Amino acid sequence: MTRAAAFFMRVTLARAYPRVIALRRQPGWLLLETVLPILSVSAMAFAYRAMQAPEEYLGFVILGGAMTAFWLNVIWSMGAQFYWDREAGNLELFIAAPCSMMAILAGMALGGMALTLVRALTIFLIGWLAFGVPLAPTSWWALLGTFLLLMLALYGLGMVFASAFLWWGRQALHIVSLLQEPVYLLSGLNFPVRVLGSAVSSVAALLPLTAGVDALRQILFPRLADQGLLPVWVEVMLLALLAVLFISLARYLLARLERRARHDGRLTVRWL
Amino acid sequence: MDPLAIRTVDLRRTYKTPRRQRTPSEDDAHPTEFVALDNINVEIRPGELFGLLGSNGAGKTTLIKILTTLLAPTSGSAWVDGLEVVAQAQAVRERINMVSGGETSGYGVLTVRENLWLFSQLYGVPGKEARCRIDRLLAAVGLHDRADTRISHLSTGQRQKMNFCRGFVTQPQILFLDEPTLGLDVTAARTVRQFVREWMNERPGRTLVLTTHYMAEADELCDRIAIIHRGRVLACDTPTALKRRVQRYPTFELALTTGANGWHGLGALAGVQQCTCAEGSASIDVRVTLQEEAVVGSVVQEILRGGSQILSLKKVEPSLEDAFIELVGHGWVPREVDA
Repeated sequence: MTRAAAFFMRVTLARAYPRVIALRRQPGWLLLETVLPILSVSAMAFAYRAMQAPEEYLGFVILGGAMTAFWLNVIWSMGAQFYWDREAGNLELFIAAPCSMMAILAGMALGGMALTLVRALTIFLIGWLAFGVPLAPTSWWALLGTFLLLMLALYGLGMVFASAFLWWGRQALHIVSLLQEPVYLLSGLNFPVRVLGSAVSSVAALLPLTAGVDALRQILFPRLADQGLLPVWVEVMLLALLAVLFISLARYLLARLERRARHDGRLTVRWL
Repeated sequence: MDPLAIRTVDLRRTYKTPRRQRTPSEDDAHPTEFVALDNINVEIRPGELFGLLGSNGAGKTTLIKILTTLLAPTSGSAWVDGLEVVAQAQAVRERINMVSGGETSGYGVLTVRENLWLFSQLYGVPGKEARCRIDRLLAAVGLHDRADTRISHLSTGQRQKMNFCRGFVTQPQILFLDEPTLGLDVTAARTVRQFVREWMNERPGRTLVLTTHYMAEADELCDRIAIIHRGRVLACDTPTALKRRVQRYPTFELALTTGANGWHGLGALAGVQQCTCAEGSASIDVRVTLQEEAVVGSVVQEILRGGSQILSLKKVEPSLEDAFIELVGHGWVPREVDA
C-alpha cells in the first residue's frame, strides 16, 4: 500500500470511528430507530396479508423497511453532515488538515454504513421472524455483491449531497426533507416499481435505491423475478455505473465548491 | 526558499454584504463591501512568537483564516513557510495547525483521548505516537484525569484545554492560536502560557501566531506584536518598543511622609515637565514627568532638602494597553465579532 493510500485509510477509519462507537455508547438510538420502522413495516405487511398478496410481497416490505434505513442515513447523516460539522466547527478543522476531504467523506460513509447495517439487519431479522417470509436466494454471493454495489452507489450519492450541501449551507436541511418522501415513492420500497409505468420507472431506475432494491428482490425472491424492472445483470451494471459516476461527481464537486467557498468565505463565515 | 515563517504582501480581503443585511438606501445593483483586511504587510521570522492585537472586527481572525488556507484573499499574497497559501494550500496544511478560543469542535460521543486521536489521524500521526503525545499533552495541561471522559461532559474550560492540546498534538511547524485562553480560569490560563513558552523553547524553529484580548498575555508571551485596526496594521514591533512609543518622557511615582513640604518646589525644578501631588492620611503621593531620566536625582535632592522622607520611588512603565489605546484611539471592547 502506498503512503498516500495508507494515509487515506487512516483518515477514513478515524472519521468512521465516532459513528461506529455511537452504536455501543448510544444504544437507545438503535432501539428507537429499529422499533419504530418495524411498526410501519408491520402495517404494510398486514395490509398485503389482508389483501392475500403473495408472501413474497411481505418480503418486499421488509426489505424496503431495511433499505429505508440506508436512505435516511444517506440523506441525513451523509448529506447534511458537513452542515452540522460546519456548525460544530469541525469542518474548518477538516479543511485545514492535510488529509483528503474524500477520505473524510469515505469515513462518514463507512461509519454510516456500519451503523445502519446493524439497524437494517435488525429490522430485516425481526420482520423475517415475525412474518415468516420465505427466502430462497438464487445465490448468496450475488446477493452480497449486489448489496455492496448498492451501498457504493447509494453512499456515492450521499457524497454528492454532502458536497452540494456544503454550498447550500442552511438550506440543505430543507432540501433533505424534500428528497425524503419522493424517493420512497420512486424507488418502490414497498411495492414492485413496475407499477409506476415504464416511463416513470425507467427514470426512477437511475436512483441507486430503485435499481438496487429491485435487483435484491429478484435475487431473494426468484418466484416473483418476472415482476422485476430490468434483468438483474442490467441493474448490477447500472449500479456499478452509478457508483463510479457519483463518486467521481462528489470528488469534482467537493474540490470545486471548496475552492469557491474559500473565495466567498462560506466555509467559515456563518453569517453568509 | 523564503527565510520567513510567514509573509504577507498587500493582503486584502473584502466580504460582500449579504442583501438581507444591507440598509434600504444601499443600491442592490452595487453591492456594498466590507473591508476586513486592507493591504496587510507582515513578516514573521521562524522561531518567533508573534502576537496580533486588535479590537472587535479588526481583522485578526480573517488574517488567521487566510494564513490557515480557510479563506482566499481578495487580492495580495501570503506565504507560510515559503509556500503560497492559495496555490500551495495542501503543502501549507502539512506544516500548520490552529486552535480557536471557544471552539466547540469534536464529537460529543467520543472521549477526550479519542477526539484528540481522531484529529491527529487527519495529519497522519501514527497511532502509537499519537497516544504518547496525547498523554503527555493532557498531563501538561492538567487534563489527564479527564482523558476518558466524553467531551459532552466537560466544562467549557476543560473543553478549551482539550482544543489547545489538539493544536499541539500534530507538532506543527507553525501554530496559530486564536484567543487560546478564552474561557479559562486564571490558573488554567497560566498553565497554558507556561506550556506555550516551553513548546517554543523545545524546538527553536517553531513559530507561533497568537491573537488575544488579554494585553498582559501578549506582553508576557510575544516577541513582537502587530496592532491591527479596521483591517490595517497600525504598528508592528516588540512589546517594549510599542510601550516606549507611548511614553515620550520618563515618569516616576513617589510616596513621601506627611508633615513636610519637600514636594512644594518640584514643579519649578529644571527638567521637570509636570508634577502632581495627592495628599493622603498616611503619605503624599507625587507623580513627576521628567525631560530625561537623569533629572530624578535632582528631584530626590529637592525633596530631602525640603524635609520630607521618601517612602517609595518607582518608575512608571506604560502598559501595552496604553500603547494600544494611544494607537487605536479608543478603549478595549471585550466582544469578538470577527468573521
